[in-house]
Amino acid sequence: MSVRVRIPTPLRRFTGGAEEVGVGGETVGKAIEDLEGKFPGIRERLCDESGRVRRFVNIYVNGDDIRFLSSLETPVKDGDELAIVPAIAGG
Amino acid sequence: MKEATSPAQHPVDTATGHAARAASILDLVGGTPLIEIARLRAGLSPRVRILAKLEGFNPGGSVKDRPAVWMVRDGLRTGKLRAGKTIIDSTSGNTGIALALAGAVLGYPVELVMPENVSTERKKIIRAYGAKIIFSSPLEGSDGAIRLCRKILEADPERYFKPDQYFNPVNPRAHYESTGPEIWADTAGTVTHFVAGLGTGGTIMGTGRYLKERNPQIQIIGAEPDDAWHGLEGLKHMASSIVPGIYHEDELDRKVSVGTDAAYEAVYRLGSEESLVVGQSSGAALTAALQVGREIDAGVVVAIFPDFGDRYLSTSLWFGWRDWQERERVKQGGGAPV
Repeated sequence: MSVRVRIPTPLRRFTGGAEEVGVGGETVGKAIEDLEGKFPGIRERLCDESGRVRRFVNIYVNGDDIRFLSSLETPVKDGDELAIVPAIAGG
Repeated sequence: MKEATSPAQHPVDTATGHAARAASILDLVGGTPLIEIARLRAGLSPRVRILAKLEGFNPGGSVKDRPAVWMVRDGLRTGKLRAGKTIIDSTSGNTGIALALAGAVLGYPVELVMPENVSTERKKIIRAYGAKIIFSSPLEGSDGAIRLCRKILEADPERYFKPDQYFNPVNPRAHYESTGPEIWADTAGTVTHFVAGLGTGGTIMGTGRYLKERNPQIQIIGAEPDDAWHGLEGLKHMASSIVPGIYHEDELDRKVSVGTDAAYEAVYRLGSEESLVVGQSSGAALTAALQVGREIDAGVVVAIFPDFGDRYLSTSLWFGWRDWQERERVKQGGGAPV
């Protein structure tokens, strides 16, 4: 199975410039683990030392903010879109 | 479509020096207050003062009213903005609100290109002024909005007037002519350090130039996100961004890197300890100002607080507040919430 992860510009240095990558996993947390396996270093940008999603990082599953779902336990399935959205910079 | 009067013709409140009555809301831009940061002073010498300039008092609610009104008036003066034109620009939000306000007052349609994930509050305020929003990809941030705006403009250049906040020298000029003189006057020339966040660079360039002209010893300090991946909405990490044409780093005395968590915590503390509910860029400015203040024995550090916090209540800034409050409560021995 594959979840499509949309990568924001500031994190594309981890994915070799790719805007979208496919990962496995049944939850957002597992998908991030798989993402880390493929692109080492990226999890630390998304989660803090305690493993929770950093407070300024917004993650959406099919357009819904995981804060209002089950955070990292939010289930994902084949074909879902997981979008990592950064804060807005500059003016 | 011409304004009937200029600010100078309006009655002035003799106590504050600010307009007491105005024919147009645009005449109320500027003249924002400086306030002493009296409690959040850990590690500061008693001879160091931290003053915050509260730009949220502008009618559009942010520092961006200044460049927006200056650029639009300059467009009218030069004829680049005239009947039949639509004002368009890319923005992370506050400039959009300011342009929407100016367009509504002057009778020009306004279209704004913004990343889709700007705060709900900003979208609603802009629409309340009657402006149209064109969304760019949330994944591309404000640089994506810049690029999309360029594309729209190229397709139909005659239709639009683009203030071009990132490249228009009138942006810093607004601060050279207003923010700088206000700070100089309101500190009676005693300001020693000026701290502002880096977004377009307009505030720090224009204000910095004015203050340096009055006293070359004044230190001009930019507060910058510590990483390309940050949560300081409105601020730019220059090394990883499209660098604005109006931004000249060599005019700064230094930059201070600010982490997102530190800036957010400063916002929370400002709320409960200074009764100032502000946005994250103000938290970043205070964090940088305190760092600078701790390094000196005496001085007057002025920091720009670009807006108030009510336009971020739906954003990640406030999602973290309860966690922080809980941690503080535990730290202080489980007493009443701060």
